[in-house]
Amino acid sequence: MSRAEDKQARDSARNGWLLSAPALTLLTFAAAGPLLIVLVYSFLQKGDYGNVIWEFSLDGWVGILFSRDIFDGTLGLADAHLTIFWRSVKLSLLTTLITFALGFPTAWFIATRPPTERAGWLFLITIPFWTNLLIRTFAIGEILRSEGLVNSALMALGVIETPIQMLYTDGAVLVGMAYVYLPLMVLPLYAAIERFDMRLLEAGYDLYASRTQVLRNVILPIVRPGIVAGSILVFVPSLGAYVTPRVLGGGKNMMIGNFIELQFGQGRNWPLGAALSMTLLVIVTVALLFYVRAVNRGASGGGHG
Amino acid sequence: MSDRDAVTAQNVVKAFGQGKASVRALDDVSLTIRKGEFFTLLGPSGCGKTTLLRLIAGFEMPTSGTILLDGQDVTDLPPNRRPVNTVFQSYALFPHLTVRENVGFALKMQGRKAAEIDDRTNQMLALVKLETLAERKTAQLSGGQQQRVALARALAPQPKVLLLDEPLSALDLKLRKEMQTELKRLQKETGITFVFVTHDQEEALTMSDRVAVMSAGKLQQVAPPRDIYTAPVNRFVADFIGETNFLAASPVPGGMRLGCGAIIAATGDGPVLTIRPEQVQIVPAETPGAIPATVDGLVYLGTDMHAHLRLSDGEALTARLPLPPGGDAGLAVGDRAAVTFAPGAARLIRD
Repeated sequence: MSRAEDKQARDSARNGWLLSAPALTLLTFAAAGPLLIVLVYSFLQKGDYGNVIWEFSLDGWVGILFSRDIFDGTLGLADAHLTIFWRSVKLSLLTTLITFALGFPTAWFIATRPPTERAGWLFLITIPFWTNLLIRTFAIGEILRSEGLVNSALMALGVIETPIQMLYTDGAVLVGMAYVYLPLMVLPLYAAIERFDMRLLEAGYDLYASRTQVLRNVILPIVRPGIVAGSILVFVPSLGAYVTPRVLGGGKNMMIGNFIELQFGQGRNWPLGAALSMTLLVIVTVALLFYVRAVNRGASGGGHG
Repeated sequence: MSDRDAVTAQNVVKAFGQGKASVRALDDVSLTIRKGEFFTLLGPSGCGKTTLLRLIAGFEMPTSGTILLDGQDVTDLPPNRRPVNTVFQSYALFPHLTVRENVGFALKMQGRKAAEIDDRTNQMLALVKLETLAERKTAQLSGGQQQRVALARALAPQPKVLLLDEPLSALDLKLRKEMQTELKRLQKETGITFVFVTHDQEEALTMSDRVAVMSAGKLQQVAPPRDIYTAPVNRFVADFIGETNFLAASPVPGGMRLGCGAIIAATGDGPVLTIRPEQVQIVPAETPGAIPATVDGLVYLGTDMHAHLRLSDGEALTARLPLPPGGDAGLAVGDRAAVTFAPGAARLIRD
């Protein structure tokens, strides 16, 4: 490399850093700072009225899985906590599946419209973002509650005699989350399908593949990056969801997010809340690593099977 | 219908669009392609040749008419149930699969055994000389190599008919010539019927056993290349294939009378008089029996030269002259000369 080239390379590297400096600074303080505080708090003792006592303790971390018996002080497995973890993971996975099942045909439909019409359809997809999440969630609650739209209609039609309990169930949380996160699945899927070369469909049919075979062997492997991106975008916020389970699930059907809030509020157990937050972070990281591996395998190994 | 026929199209009509806006891409086309033949559909863009190919493949359904493959009516069958395969103009290789997986795709879809797929794929890779690239992704290949993969992929399931949709149009001239030879070799070695679509007349003439010239959704002429060139049936074919002089002429006893007054002998039947440029000979100006002309322009083509001539009544005539070593034809713009026509060169055809 000549001296001029060398200088040019150094300049462009320095300019790159300079340009990204504001964002990097913000990220460092806004993301790493609080995270560090949470990490430190998780290793402290809880104060009686919230807050923390600055003494090292593993109680917060132990409390994730075990609870101390009120009377004899022995440690036992905290079933309630495990139920909450399991419910969170289960509902998040189901939400991802449902949004994929609904989102894929939608994204396919939009991507196969004439180019001039696509923007209009995408615009429709983004309409839910215009209203506050809380308001939308309460609106779903209105529809699902015992005197709500669905029950009234069913009763008026004579299908049922007494209202079905729909609000404050896992089902209600699932409906709410699927609704809220559907656009996050549709948009990356659309981006992937829009790039998909439709001529490959004809090639597939020509080479004796049936419709299902074309879907499995041609379409899905090729749009896989979009599926992975959409799944991450839905699964990760689902796992930490707070508003939806709070409003539609009630106090009984908590997810991790509500459980964490509880520790910082009524529970007055900040170290446990902090430890739970870190646990959530670990679960998300593991899930992401799993996804990334899945993508890489798809990219290098032929992506079928 | 005989058992020698690979493809038969009977009164096929394909209209796109509805009502008054509808366009007939194919207008009552009937055609028979024989087994083991290298058959070419030739025509300008929009003539319906690709539509016909897509109808044979099953990507489009005819508005009316019947298509038979190997004697069996396939008009209503979807593409995955027709024993034909296509080499697409864009190749349409699967980007997520390796070369080997692309070639074995059809066999896998048919549910063949892994060992059989392996054997057959290896054979195909050897046939197109791509053994060394078998594990590559298709995006890592050059255009010519992708072309070979597309060929191997379409040949692997041993189709009754191989359809090729302008497969060479994306290649540069040199590679295209190579692939032309290669295609002929593959067709001989496999014995499979090839139906080849092209707008390149030279490609059609050099490769085909028979050529169908199409225009405006209709078949103009179906014949071996030599007949197409030497005995075009109408003005369109004569004009589209090679270069031709069209001369205004009127019938008189003993031949046709040109605008300049000369009377020449002509074969054939019809109102249009044609002469191929290479059948026009330039002779010295005062040669008896020759038609006087002046040199209007000269175009050097490397192998030979085009002389644009003008007859005494102002009508244009092009002659194609072989060049001697050194490349000097001994003509200059403005020269006075005369032309004669080889016997049988002047042909009368339909308009």
